[in-house]
Amino acid sequence: MKRRDFLQKSIPAATLLPALINGYSVKAFAADSPLVQALMQGITNTDHVLVIIQLAGGNDGLNMVIPISTYSNYFNARSNVAIPQNRILSLSGTGASGLHPAMTGMQNIFNNGNMKVVQAVGYPQPNFSHFRATDIWMSASNSNQEVFNGWAGRYLNYEYPNFPTGYPNTDMPDPLAIQIGSTTSLTTQGPVVNMGMSITSATSFYNLVSGTTDPVPDTPAGKELKYIRLVNQQTQKYSTVIRNAANAVTQQSTYPTNNSLADQLKIVARLIKGGLKTRIYMVSFGGFDTHSVQVNAADTTTGGHATLLQRVSDACKAFQDDLQFLQIQDRVIGMTYSEFGRRIKSNSSVGTDHGAAAPMFLFGTKIETGILGNNPDIPINASVNDNVPMQYDFRSIYSTILEKWFCLDKTIVAGLYPPNINSQLQSLPLFKSSITCNAVVPPPPPDPVIDGLITNYPNPFTSSTKITFKTEGGHTLIQIIDTLGRVIRTLVEKDYAAAATDFVTFNGEGLPTGIYYARLQNGVTQKVRPMMKVRE
Amino acid sequence: MDRRDFLTRGKKDKAPAPQPIATRHITSGINPYAGPWTENEIVHLLKRTMFGAKKADVDYFKTRSVSQAVDELLNPTAPQPAPPVKEYVTSTQPGTPDGNIAQGTTWVNDINNDGTVQSQRVASYKKWWTGVLINQDRSIREKLNMFWINHFGNESQDVGYGNWAYKQHDLIRQNALGNFKQMVDAITKDISMLRYLNGYLSVASAPDENYGRELMELFTLGKGPGSQYTENDVKEAAKALTGWQINGTTYTSVFTSSRHSAVNKTFSAFFNNTVITGRTGATAGQLELTDLLNMIFATQETAKFICRKFYRYFVYYTIDSATETNVIEPLAAIFRNSNYNIRTVLTALFKSEHFFDVLNQNCYIKSPADHIIGSLREMNATFPPLTDWDTNYGMWNFFYANMVNTGQTLHDPPNVSGLPAYYQEPLYHEIWINSDSLPKRNQFTDIMVNSGYTRNGQRVIFNLVPYVQQFSNPGNPNDLIDDALKFIFRNQLSYETKKTIKTQILLSNQLYDYYWTNAWMAYIASPTTANFNIVNNRLKPLFQYFFNLSEYQLS
Repeated sequence: MKRRDFLQKSIPAATLLPALINGYSVKAFAADSPLVQALMQGITNTDHVLVIIQLAGGNDGLNMVIPISTYSNYFNARSNVAIPQNRILSLSGTGASGLHPAMTGMQNIFNNGNMKVVQAVGYPQPNFSHFRATDIWMSASNSNQEVFNGWAGRYLNYEYPNFPTGYPNTDMPDPLAIQIGSTTSLTTQGPVVNMGMSITSATSFYNLVSGTTDPVPDTPAGKELKYIRLVNQQTQKYSTVIRNAANAVTQQSTYPTNNSLADQLKIVARLIKGGLKTRIYMVSFGGFDTHSVQVNAADTTTGGHATLLQRVSDACKAFQDDLQFLQIQDRVIGMTYSEFGRRIKSNSSVGTDHGAAAPMFLFGTKIETGILGNNPDIPINASVNDNVPMQYDFRSIYSTILEKWFCLDKTIVAGLYPPNINSQLQSLPLFKSSITCNAVVPPPPPDPVIDGLITNYPNPFTSSTKITFKTEGGHTLIQIIDTLGRVIRTLVEKDYAAAATDFVTFNGEGLPTGIYYARLQNGVTQKVRPMMKVRE
Repeated sequence: MDRRDFLTRGKKDKAPAPQPIATRHITSGINPYAGPWTENEIVHLLKRTMFGAKKADVDYFKTRSVSQAVDELLNPTAPQPAPPVKEYVTSTQPGTPDGNIAQGTTWVNDINNDGTVQSQRVASYKKWWTGVLINQDRSIREKLNMFWINHFGNESQDVGYGNWAYKQHDLIRQNALGNFKQMVDAITKDISMLRYLNGYLSVASAPDENYGRELMELFTLGKGPGSQYTENDVKEAAKALTGWQINGTTYTSVFTSSRHSAVNKTFSAFFNNTVITGRTGATAGQLELTDLLNMIFATQETAKFICRKFYRYFVYYTIDSATETNVIEPLAAIFRNSNYNIRTVLTALFKSEHFFDVLNQNCYIKSPADHIIGSLREMNATFPPLTDWDTNYGMWNFFYANMVNTGQTLHDPPNVSGLPAYYQEPLYHEIWINSDSLPKRNQFTDIMVNSGYTRNGQRVIFNLVPYVQQFSNPGNPNDLIDDALKFIFRNQLSYETKKTIKTQILLSNQLYDYYWTNAWMAYIASPTTANFNIVNNRLKPLFQYFFNLSEYQLS
């Protein structure tokens, strides 16, 4: 046997080919498939970039986007951390909600017409563990499901099916995804290999510009370490393109100092402007686990959380300004998320505990300004168990970005998600109609806040209640959510041939008394209806 | 095959130019080491004498002294591994009968001269050897065995017989810690060697100089400054070695006296003008071989040459004048005075203060075998029981392929000089690390951390949760990192680096250590799949990061 034959026989296919995994319809292409040969660049041609900003720790969404329309309930639930009503930053076009006073930068982006606030983003059966919830957000799994790869990894695996075999190449000379941080995260883990690269390892870019590398002693061990690091730098497949991209940009606008998120976003802007074809960047900013002393008691607009929000806001504003300065603003959107929000009711330590759904920000010149969804329903006398119920599933945000921003066909997008969720994905109105990749831009959606879309009778109810809802036709979903934010029933999930008014009975027998939410989802529309179960 | 054919071959290694030699003021010699005996020294000793330092082995030697530890490592008591079995698919081609032995039984005693069958057995032999490396006993046996097989430099695929390759392997294995002179005597008559260096063709009328030359240049005397043998010495040795042949039906060597050169062989002043008396008859070959080896082993140079090779394989590749004087020369004297007892000289080396000198620690670039076999062993990767030969051979094949991909073949060096990392100046071990091999090393550990290798529905993977569970306090992220680095790294990272890694990976960018502690305690209290995945999802990038650091390539 010739050595080369032997090697070819010895290398397992699994290291070279993406695999079909746990029920996902991720397409696997053989290395010699004509499709792969033809498509060494991404399958979809786009120069769009997504910057994912992780707010680690569980950000208190209620103090970031403050419900003005239900301010008294908000204040009653959390008087020791509540932001005074007269300090809330107003947002153009709406009086219902406003921003934390530290977020003048985000207010500016919003009022300039470049930011979407999506209310109460979560998922059924929320998990309150930092680690597990982070894994869910990164993998886009259901909360009762273990998935070992990330939503962006699956997307990039679709676009660049054989990675890393054959990469980099002339069509895609750059990393597929870049994480600023010491490790590639679950978000970009593909079915077999991680599709992203990090640029802070001891030998790579980030440390060259802003960090340190452990020193090399003047010994034989030091000599060999130096040698290996040298090879590492030379052979780090992407080090040259990254360094060249960074070096190609000599001038950027001003970023705030002493702000690690700003430091990271500054590198991102530089690399995008420098010409990398990388589609996804991830940055992370921690410290949001504000169980105690979230605010200064003397002035609740200041304190730890305020500092964090200000840094986020200042960093995003500086980034947006820099994109403008570098004239790449139309290619880039940013998205913030946190693994969960916090409880409606504050605790006695002047803080808030782990909660469920929370708002997300999307910003960029192609993002349509506005607030999607309603202010969360806040009970008059919120109890310690009350949570913000989900209005939007976070996977609908992801899938909308994949569809509208990265120009993927809906059926492809659906294939990147667990089968039992893909039918529930919503295509949300996040973008301006001027984005270019879809030939047919869907008409702007009807105002989602329409009373009477979903009602129930009787309310309060003792054992069961009849839910009446209107559908415009197409996929229609009615879910029952408890105050912990968990979807406890799915009463309706079907496609209606035409617009209709229909009803379904919610049988709450055996359930504890208290508030339940009926959630209607139909196309881009969603509506949450509070219902109260009382004793007979 | 002629080694010189290879000299014109293009080198594919894209190694950078050598760096200036760093300061190495190392003056220690072979006096017995009497310094601290901690995990650090034990890990050093184990990484150099075995493939990887398993925590269990480190713990074992903590209760021994350095002297006891070295003695145990150099006196293996475990039985030698069972021979390779027929795990390949029996060829159905009519010309290649291979029906004498059933699958799952050994082929090493089955004579079969079919090329296809023998090439299957060459591949089978290499898978088996890889498995032996993975399952090594707690001794120097496997690392030393690999040293000797590389020393004699045969290309088993060139020879073309799996049975012969195994035979040579076994010969070396039986002699690896014994008498070097006896080993050279035996290897001279080994059928693979006769075939590979053309000894079987060498007759009195036209002696083939190939083996006679390599015997001196590569196997015993070397080309050091003290090695002064002449071209005529090579010719005379070749005459003494004529007459050996291979019996293709018994796979043994035979001496045919009619093919032997009976003239007297006269050597140069380097050999004190020795004359080997020409002989005839059935015993002529062995008598002259004995004379020839006595003459070669009487020089000062043979012991020095072998000790330098030991040094480059086990310690470091730079031999400056201080090392030559303080280490090589006294070791060579021990080697000669013990009548070339390998165990004796290596015992002196591994017990020496020079071996444990801090300047000799952590400077050894791992070979692909160190990297792959060592990782598997250190991470306690588990394989199916040996009785499941089909699954095991398939897995071993995967790991062997990764070794080949990163530059190391087993029993198939590029030429008779052996693997360049052990002789090629000035890079030596640095040859292992180049623009092709380093990313592949990283990719290997990435795969083993994330998906592992699956065959027949069974998976070998780095099981990180049980791995960290063997440490004293895995719930404390600082202790966890320190303990892991103690075994998988030889040099410690700075506090700042460790803190950054801890925060960004184990704490998922959260601020406090208790995030990890809580997750770990939750897993210990309730080892559900969900809790397992939470900790495992953080350990995976942590270890992937460690394995990708340049530091991991050193031992």
